[in-house]
Amino acid sequence: MDLRFGDSKPTDEERAAVDALLGPPESSWEGADRSDADLRWARGGREARNRRDLLLPGLHAVNDRVGWISEGALDYLCRRLTVPPAEAYGVATFYAMFSVRPRPATVLHVCTDLACTAAGAAGLCADVESRLAPGSGVQVERSACLGLCERAPAALAIRAGETARPAFEDEARPGPQGGPGAQPPGEGNGKGRRGRTTQRSTAVCAPATPDTAVRAATAPETAPPEPPPATAVPQAGDPALTLLRRVGTADPADLDDYRAHGGYTALRRAFALGPAGVIREVTDSGLTGRGGAAFPTGRKWQATASQPDHPHYLVCNADESEPGTFKDRVLMEGDPYALVEAMTIAAYATGAHRGYLYLRGEYPRALRRMEHAIGQARARGLLGDDVLGQGYAFDIEIRRGAGAYICGEETALFNSIEGHRGEPRSKPPFPVEKGLFGRPTAENNVETLVNVLPVLTMGAQAYAAIGTGKSTGPKLFCVSGSVARPGVYELPFGATLGELLRLAGVRDNLRAVLLGGAAGGFVRPDELDIPLTFEGTREAGTTLGSGVVMAFDDTVPLPRLLLRIAEFFRDESCGQCVPCRVGTVRQQEALHRIADRTGDGAADDIALLREVGRTMRDASICGLGQTAWNAVESAIDRLGAYE
Amino acid sequence: MTVTPLGIPRRLLEFTLDGEPVRAPEGSTILDACRAAGKDVPTLCEGDTLTPKNACRVCVVEVEGSRTLVPACSRRAEPGMEVRTGTERARHSRKVVLELLASSVDLSTTPRVAGWLKEYEAKPDRFGPDAARVDEEPRVDNDLYVRDYGKCILCYKCVDACGDQWQNTFAISVAGRGFDARIAVEHDAPLTDSACVYCGNCIEVCPTGALSFKSEFDMRAAGTWDESRQSETTTVCAYCGVGCNLTLHVQDNEIVKVTSPHDNPVTHGNLCIKGRFGYQHVQNRD
Repeated sequence: MDLRFGDSKPTDEERAAVDALLGPPESSWEGADRSDADLRWARGGREARNRRDLLLPGLHAVNDRVGWISEGALDYLCRRLTVPPAEAYGVATFYAMFSVRPRPATVLHVCTDLACTAAGAAGLCADVESRLAPGSGVQVERSACLGLCERAPAALAIRAGETARPAFEDEARPGPQGGPGAQPPGEGNGKGRRGRTTQRSTAVCAPATPDTAVRAATAPETAPPEPPPATAVPQAGDPALTLLRRVGTADPADLDDYRAHGGYTALRRAFALGPAGVIREVTDSGLTGRGGAAFPTGRKWQATASQPDHPHYLVCNADESEPGTFKDRVLMEGDPYALVEAMTIAAYATGAHRGYLYLRGEYPRALRRMEHAIGQARARGLLGDDVLGQGYAFDIEIRRGAGAYICGEETALFNSIEGHRGEPRSKPPFPVEKGLFGRPTAENNVETLVNVLPVLTMGAQAYAAIGTGKSTGPKLFCVSGSVARPGVYELPFGATLGELLRLAGVRDNLRAVLLGGAAGGFVRPDELDIPLTFEGTREAGTTLGSGVVMAFDDTVPLPRLLLRIAEFFRDESCGQCVPCRVGTVRQQEALHRIADRTGDGAADDIALLREVGRTMRDASICGLGQTAWNAVESAIDRLGAYE
Repeated sequence: MTVTPLGIPRRLLEFTLDGEPVRAPEGSTILDACRAAGKDVPTLCEGDTLTPKNACRVCVVEVEGSRTLVPACSRRAEPGMEVRTGTERARHSRKVVLELLASSVDLSTTPRVAGWLKEYEAKPDRFGPDAARVDEEPRVDNDLYVRDYGKCILCYKCVDACGDQWQNTFAISVAGRGFDARIAVEHDAPLTDSACVYCGNCIEVCPTGALSFKSEFDMRAAGTWDESRQSETTTVCAYCGVGCNLTLHVQDNEIVKVTSPHDNPVTHGNLCIKGRFGYQHVQNRD
């Protein structure tokens, strides 16, 4: 490789940020001062290039410390990792949370996506922008879905600085009864922390008012604290729950409490069954992937386990970025050890000794919780060289996303971890054969993995008895929009849309329900008897997707919502293939043209949309382009959006 | 004459192409089989010496059992596969993809596109006069290359050629995302401040003329570029002992650009700065 680095030098701060991650450089070949010895040896080559997967953490390190990534910082990072600067520049400019231009240390992301738009995000944005004018030291960015739909509208403040390492202690630990209301607003935030040097570097603000959003950005210690995770679970405490039963009842920071609530019995059973036994059990349970594709989990694990190539990897996809989806966040915040245990089981079954948890960058609390849980599990011998004394080695590494919906696509996620642009790969080969680092990889979504625990504790038969014949087990639904009690609901597969909406307190004048998120489809209020199963929704000509149920009443302007969906796909397209890169733009343009038109005035553009949509669905490389037209098409066909 | 090395013998596999049984060597792509069968499937991002990126999606075909269309350039033929190249579904996608491309960039210097637009009845204008386009001024920051983003279809061929597939310089990559994605050097700097070694191999593979020789760019601007008056002569580069083949493009007794034959087993179309650009001494008549 013929590498050339520019003349730009990193500042001391940038250098310190990179060195804190990678350790001090060993020679002038990777950025240290030149010594006599450096003239006689060269370090680099394969060994250094093999650390390319530290590029994304390195970019985060600089961005966390300085707030943006300068030429000098990028060049220094490239020198340390033997990455060509052009490629690193391509990676840095791919993610929404990074900037390669100078910007203030504090960035306030204000969500403008579906649930937040319906809850008045436009007004919030305008108000916040007027109060935080340029020069205020805060940059306001209109952001894609922040995954806080149950508390819309939402904002997230991120402040760069030396102490920007997210600390676990910066929020009150909910007690065992930490349900709704356990933590009065205004308390538990400043207590015990005043005078500490650790400043809060991220502040989640939802529901946000102009006042609280501005305070979160300018004086985070005065902003109201984030409510405990259980507030997102209206059913919290219900003994009938399976997946959510510990959210709000067990302390998410306490491993012993997790064990007292039944934690680690599934892993013990897994060790008793052996890897093949676990796969048999998971296959018999009929568990299918909950990320949206509904692929049989047992088959995926079997295919990975049987690959002769080694090592095998396990990847947990926690890059939940589908507008309207927040269940993985609630699971990780409310029951983090469950995910650690489930990942251990999945790795054991598929023969992996290393697992990557790819967590979206917009989830600061889930990140802290998972870091804490993994650290505790490691300290107690539940991760590491000898898990539970069974002679099985497994450890988990967290990788933080940096704002790219596309990285939830399984192969784009691999590229992102490996330090490349998060562009999807073409399949075949499939991940079970050539996945992360070109090795056999089992990739599962958070909810899918957490389902493995009841499969093993209840047994496959009892688990399969829940739900319907083809869709087995309990399912999480993210209900938001025009309902009285938005949040994550757990129901057995087969409950109807109407039952779920009644549970969440749907209001009268319901106009439409979006099923499956921006990549899903709309259904009418007279279709509420659709059974919430994979086969039931398919029969009804729609999709269950990742379990999004977003209700919109007749006050929500439908054309604007569709335009927002089109904007979302335009912004989030990686740009690799033509149907998606240009198609999403043409879709948005056409919707813009017909925003206020109906009938004949819209007919030409609707015909155009259909042609482009059909091509996007047929010819795009990955699911993003293939589904970008779904919601709009369903709004036209089922809701008569432009009639 | 170029020497084509004989590879290891490969087994033949049998599948169906447009209803006809065909045999193709193991490992060949659907596109290889189509070409062998004399079928014309349009391609833009496929390069004869590069791993197909399948980003342009104009070569999509229908494969029985596949939910979506598949790119012929990169999908390997499998025994028993049923492939259809000219179905309404495949032709529709090709048409719309060509429309999307032609409506967003300038394809006037892309060989064969005009014919395809006609064949598929593509109407790039129907997206309206306000359709977003990549309208950028060509970047002329050195005497050898011109980068014209207004013609770039992001086929990734130059990135692959500069990177691990040909040159191993890694001077260019894709930056940004979505419609705003652009081919760029580090920090989007001028080429002269980048890692570029001016081998010109990216120009060699560019399918649209987005990357061009300054000589060609200037002559086009002056209206003197005329391929019908050009002759091509392949010779051996005299600079060093490697023996790279050069194809000299000569118009009115002046060398106007230098390319290299891709089927040459030594270089596969690669050249260095001297072979590609160092030809002025040939026409120095003093």
